[in-house]
Amino acid sequence: MSSSLGNQVGQLARRSILRTLRQPAQIVPAIVFPLFLLAVNTGGLKEATNLPGFPTDSYLTFILAVPFIQGALFSVMNSGTDLARDIETGFLNRLALTPLRGAALLSGLLAGAFVLGVVQAAAYLAVGLIAGAELAAGPAGALVLVLLSVAITVAFGTIGLFAALRFGSGEAVQGLFPVFFVFLFLSAMTLPLDLLTTDWFHAIASVNPVTYLLEAIRSLLIEGWNLGDLALGFGIAAAIGALGMLAASSALKSRLVRT
Amino acid sequence: MSEQRTAGVRAVARGVAWRSIHNFLTNPAFLVPSLLFPLFFFVSFAGGLAAIGEVPGFDFPSGYTAFQFVFVLLQSAAFGGVFTGFAMARDFESGFGRRYMLAASHRSGIVLGYALAALFRAFVTWTVLSAVAVVAGMEIAGSGGEIVALYALAVLVNVAATMWAAGVALRVRSIQGGPLMQFPTFLVLFLAPVYVPLDLLSGWIHTIASINPVTALLEAGRGFISGDPVLAAAAFAIGLTLSLLFAAWARGGLRSAEAAG
Repeated sequence: MSSSLGNQVGQLARRSILRTLRQPAQIVPAIVFPLFLLAVNTGGLKEATNLPGFPTDSYLTFILAVPFIQGALFSVMNSGTDLARDIETGFLNRLALTPLRGAALLSGLLAGAFVLGVVQAAAYLAVGLIAGAELAAGPAGALVLVLLSVAITVAFGTIGLFAALRFGSGEAVQGLFPVFFVFLFLSAMTLPLDLLTTDWFHAIASVNPVTYLLEAIRSLLIEGWNLGDLALGFGIAAAIGALGMLAASSALKSRLVRT
Repeated sequence: MSEQRTAGVRAVARGVAWRSIHNFLTNPAFLVPSLLFPLFFFVSFAGGLAAIGEVPGFDFPSGYTAFQFVFVLLQSAAFGGVFTGFAMARDFESGFGRRYMLAASHRSGIVLGYALAALFRAFVTWTVLSAVAVVAGMEIAGSGGEIVALYALAVLVNVAATMWAAGVALRVRSIQGGPLMQFPTFLVLFLAPVYVPLDLLSGWIHTIASINPVTALLEAGRGFISGDPVLAAAAFAIGLTLSLLFAAWARGGLRSAEAAG
């Protein structure tokens, strides 16, 4: 293997992508489960559009933002579990004996999350539009929506890498899933921020970054082009990704020292 | 059933239940999610969806917190059973279940022991959940008897779910059967009127919710907490029937595990 960074990333990215595509158990739940909840929430909360101040008369359009975030949460599990398995089987130790750079390892491992993000975003958007959701930003908005979704998926994937390197166990990574769902449930997931009438819930949702990721996606679906919301969404995704990579790099160094 | 057999079943059930409860109470990985999940659902639904109580046509007298409390109570009852099924599957995967089968004089006591543990888990969760709901200011208009009926309904849901999960665990005998225990339970719960009453649902979800037995359980529970019982007899009949049907399913699972050796 050539020692150039690009080549190293390429080799590991290929392995990560193939590994993701060869595991239907990773892809299918990440697509089916959010779509099931989309159907249930759309049917169950349709009446919410009758609340004064609700931004659209289609609850499907409003709630369609949620699967993109739920799907991204699956990338925490998938990327983290894959790396944890490499640690548990000793594959990481073998990699540590090669001239592979840490940056190449982490970037390459995220390639699987990237591919999963594209597949998920395309599936959610297609199903949503077929079911009658609106996309106010038009075809160009669809492209930006997929880009934003992939950015969020990869950003969350870095947290999975950090957890795997920190704990070294697939079970510990799986245990993080409920923790991340807390962030989703304590956000403006089912109603807009302005309609969260319980004070403490409104306060938590207002400082929860997931609320703003949802609002960025919703802006494309409901409003069209709201550059402020989009910039905030991409900015938060970039910040989560940067922090996750920093934490994962530090954990990688500690783990390689330990081994 | 002879007296000797009853005593044998009881002894086995006591031993299995004690170990299962001990594992539950001493391992934070089992205890914490059991307590946190229902609380988290309750907080998220009752807090985040409070405005739904103002939707035209929503006329539940005890308010949205009580409306959601009943769902979360029944959901925690069901998942208490499912999580016990996980423990059972894990025991059989690790070989401990086989040792149970060899040692037990009356094997139906094994299933009964897990069921008692599931009920204990549910009682712990309900205590915490109910305390939080009361502190949060949940309005309870039902009488003492009606509240007892609500928890009795939850007991039936817990028994039915435990028997369902036990039937799967004893047939699959691996934790890989987990999704098979969990997903149908999740599905049947969420295809009921979770967020709004049945009358406010429309389209396909109204059709499914109308024939979903969980709808009657939910409506009866909500009737009990608001002091206006509806469908009470039907709900208890459904709870009892499901418990008996799934007990037969679990019994078949036990036979399957015995045949597997």
